[in-house]
Amino acid sequence: MHPFSYTKVSTTREALNAGRSGGRYIAGGTTLVDLMRETVERPDTLVDISGLPLRGITVTGRGGLRIGALVRMAEAAADSKVRTTFPVISQALELSASAQLRNMATIGGNIMQRTRCAYFRDVTAACNKREPGSGCAALKGVNRTHAILGTSGDCVATHPSDAAVAFAALEARVHVLGSDGRERSIGFADFLLRPGSTPHREQAIHRGELITAVEIPVHPRPLVSGYLKVRDRQSYEFALTSAAVALHVRGGVIREARVAAGGVGTVPWKLSAVERHLIGERPSEALWTAAAARAADGARPLEHNRFKVDLLKRTVERQLRIVGGSR
Amino acid sequence: MSPQPQASVGAPLSRVDGRLKVTGGADYAADHHPEGVVHAVIVDSGIGRGRISGIDTGAAEAQPGVIRVITHRNAPTLPYRDNAGSNNPAGGRRLRVFQDDQILFHGQPVAVAVATTLEAAQHAASLVKVVYDAQPPSTDLSDPDVPTNTPTTYARGDAQAALDSAAVRMEMTYRLARNHHNPMEPHATVARWDGDRLTVWDKTQWVIGGTQTELAAVFGIPLESVRVISPFVGGAFGSGLRTWPHTTIAALAARETRRPVKLVLSRRQQYFGTGFRPACEYQLSLGSDRSGRVSAMVHDMRTETSTYEPFGERGILPLGQVLYDTPNVSQTYRTARLDVNTPVAMRGPGFATAAYAIESAMDELSYELGIDPIELRVRNEPEADPSNGNAFSTRRLRECYTTGAREFGWDRRDPKPRATRDGDWLIGTGVATGVYHTLRNPAQARVRLDADGSALVESATSDMGPGTYTSMTQVAADALGLPMRRVTFRLGDSLMPNAPLHGGSLTMASVGSAVLNGADQLRQQAIRLAVEDERSPLYGADAGTVVVRNGRLHVPDNPSRGETYQQLLARNDRAGLEVLGTYTPVQNRFTIEAYAAVFAEVAVDARLGLVRVRRMLGVYDAGRIISPKLAESQAIGGMVGGIGQALLEHTVTDHRDGRIVNANLADYLVPVNADIIDLKAIYLQGEDMDADPLGVKGLGEVVLVGVAPAIANAVFHATGHRVRELPITADALL
Repeated sequence: MHPFSYTKVSTTREALNAGRSGGRYIAGGTTLVDLMRETVERPDTLVDISGLPLRGITVTGRGGLRIGALVRMAEAAADSKVRTTFPVISQALELSASAQLRNMATIGGNIMQRTRCAYFRDVTAACNKREPGSGCAALKGVNRTHAILGTSGDCVATHPSDAAVAFAALEARVHVLGSDGRERSIGFADFLLRPGSTPHREQAIHRGELITAVEIPVHPRPLVSGYLKVRDRQSYEFALTSAAVALHVRGGVIREARVAAGGVGTVPWKLSAVERHLIGERPSEALWTAAAARAADGARPLEHNRFKVDLLKRTVERQLRIVGGSR
Repeated sequence: MSPQPQASVGAPLSRVDGRLKVTGGADYAADHHPEGVVHAVIVDSGIGRGRISGIDTGAAEAQPGVIRVITHRNAPTLPYRDNAGSNNPAGGRRLRVFQDDQILFHGQPVAVAVATTLEAAQHAASLVKVVYDAQPPSTDLSDPDVPTNTPTTYARGDAQAALDSAAVRMEMTYRLARNHHNPMEPHATVARWDGDRLTVWDKTQWVIGGTQTELAAVFGIPLESVRVISPFVGGAFGSGLRTWPHTTIAALAARETRRPVKLVLSRRQQYFGTGFRPACEYQLSLGSDRSGRVSAMVHDMRTETSTYEPFGERGILPLGQVLYDTPNVSQTYRTARLDVNTPVAMRGPGFATAAYAIESAMDELSYELGIDPIELRVRNEPEADPSNGNAFSTRRLRECYTTGAREFGWDRRDPKPRATRDGDWLIGTGVATGVYHTLRNPAQARVRLDADGSALVESATSDMGPGTYTSMTQVAADALGLPMRRVTFRLGDSLMPNAPLHGGSLTMASVGSAVLNGADQLRQQAIRLAVEDERSPLYGADAGTVVVRNGRLHVPDNPSRGETYQQLLARNDRAGLEVLGTYTPVQNRFTIEAYAAVFAEVAVDARLGLVRVRRMLGVYDAGRIISPKLAESQAIGGMVGGIGQALLEHTVTDHRDGRIVNANLADYLVPVNADIIDLKAIYLQGEDMDADPLGVKGLGEVVLVGVAPAIANAVFHATGHRVRELPITADALL
């Protein structure tokens, strides 16, 4: 761990000032401290924002949900509003990490977390994300857990968050405060960046900007939703594949479908083709299979992760059935 | 000598050190803080083979708090005398830290930073700049061109001829991934020099023969100049059976800086700083008649070793020789020289590897012939050791299977593969045999009885988790006729009487027998003192009839005639009695082994490639059970380890540069609580008095052997798909 200074702020104004002069925000610290220990992250100044008043979960005027950036993962998962309105979020959270980590990690930190790519985390390996221009050791290395969607010749690392997959499916918006004190919001699809030729740029926020909340927009009711995570062991592991599904069915017809996949993309992967296939159709086993067949459209598997192509389709198919029912 | 009542042995007692452990009162290696201690952090090689061409420690040494950075450029020459008798593989040249510029594997120590705080040492280590002349390493066991050491072979009958003429011939290749022990407690050493005398607090499974002798050999100093202290070991599973480079580095750094030095390996460093269960390729051909009598087995095995030491799995050969009554057997075992660090024994060493192959193959044969897997095993059960004709001391494997089949509900099983469903899950059951030979080594234990009637027993053994503290206390308590709370057992100090390595399931048989011997001797000494003492109520009694119960010596037919140890010692003006108990294994004409019948039920979601072990049952013939509660823990732990081996554990190497890519507990998967559902252990009642004076056969290893094949066989039964590679993961099942 490289030497750093630490300061704790109590207002967003102080936070923004510290952020503007180059400080790195730290809340739960479950990713950042880990990476600092590996010297992957080498911040000079840590700005502890855990005391800021960004902890509420509120229903928005139009019936959406606003989750404060500093709400702990465990709190969000247990919140009755989250559980009843968007079970896909609470399920994604509860299938993440371990109880200890969920008690520390925040929603804002969760969507900011960095990849689990082994080469990113090992400072002696080539990694464009960590050290632009150094190459990508994963491309022809051990890449069983890596992405098959949204990859580039410079980076094939997955985004590790489960909650972000649910947020992507539900088309959440990320609220941020700029250093000028103005709030803006970014659609989730634009918030996390595909690597392209700049894999070190991961989020569409500027230096010093502060995430204040994640807002889930209003969705038609009733909305049935859920999250499925496929992995080698039952708990405390990142997804090989995962699927977040939310369906609005009225009059026996799917009127709205929100589907995203995790563990397979460089960012949480919105499955628009699957969604389109579902809209206006009546739920059936055949529909789930046909829709899920589109889940891996555009996939570019690597040497060790070819199995993810089929596994992704099957994961989506299974979760469509679990959420939409079998009939 | 009349038999002592057994009050503690066989009772389901909790660990005597349990409270200490759960309250943080147990001092593990890194918990020792000698006055003035400083911290050392190792810099690891970033290449897999080659040499160091340049090393710059300037930036590191300029950091505040940094005392010294030691590399091959400024390290003193160390004698590295031979140390035969330790676990250093014979015929090798062990890794000599900081003695030259050669890099033999990725992660090899190339420097150590010593600083006043851990943080400063870590930071300094990250600032050491090393430049290499790198060569491509060879780390892939499956590469057929890898050079191998002289094979070990075994043959009886004519296996090839029998195979050629067999009605049924099968040829399979099984592969096992490299596994790491991953004990909870990291490996750590605290070293302090007082003049030319060295004291280390170390995580070790072999205080004297492993660590003390090795440090004396490495530094070229007399054995008596080294003291090793290791009161608690937070799991090891074999990783503490050798003295690894970091222990030498800690001692070297302490000598060079003239300060006590603490060195704790990071989790990542344990994947190349200590040994591992080597990856294995196991080709097995078998020939059988239609009734399931196996006439021939040809075993061809290959495991990894380093380029500098030929580590062979000694336990990989015996199973293929003794498990089945097969007249024609040939075995060829090669170790492949790779640019990796040297492997070491891991729980059930060799046997667990061989059992996966042999017991999978027998399962495959059972389906080929349409014979129940248990029945097939019974048909090949030997009456005597087929490798040498010796009788088995006790071999109750059939009974293990009978009991297990009844308890598990084996007869309710539909033998057809892929025939049982539960929603999205395919259900399957499988069995496999576990075997581990009963090892016994010479051991000593000092037993002292104090005037207050309490006893202290000491032996330089270890307790890596099986509960040595508790089980030894139980043995001593009964032999001395004392309640548990009056007996203290101490271990883990090289000043104590000699004990063998704490591994290979030999501690209870070996150290336990020494404790029993010492406690028996001491009790008899006390009895003699009493019956020859005119003032004793026992004066003139037949010494052979006197027993001791609750600290009171008396004759059984007249309990009122007696006295306590305290009364006896006080009247005779004795501060106490002390005896050195010894145990020397007796060579006899028996083959002595512990056995297991392992049953597993799995659920496989074949669409998603998920495997869940729904329940397991192990039935064991392990001789006498000293401590039922600890034995239960051992069995559960063995099954959990086996579930890991079967479904999760896999040390992954990037063969381009020899880097281990999953050197952490998030990416090297071991089972978590959610993976463990219903595990049950049954120990057959009985004892094996041909094994050792306690009648135990050892159980720490056998409880893991056979677990992985039972699961693999259940996966086949569930899916109809045979995976011949461990771990069995989604990729293979889709």
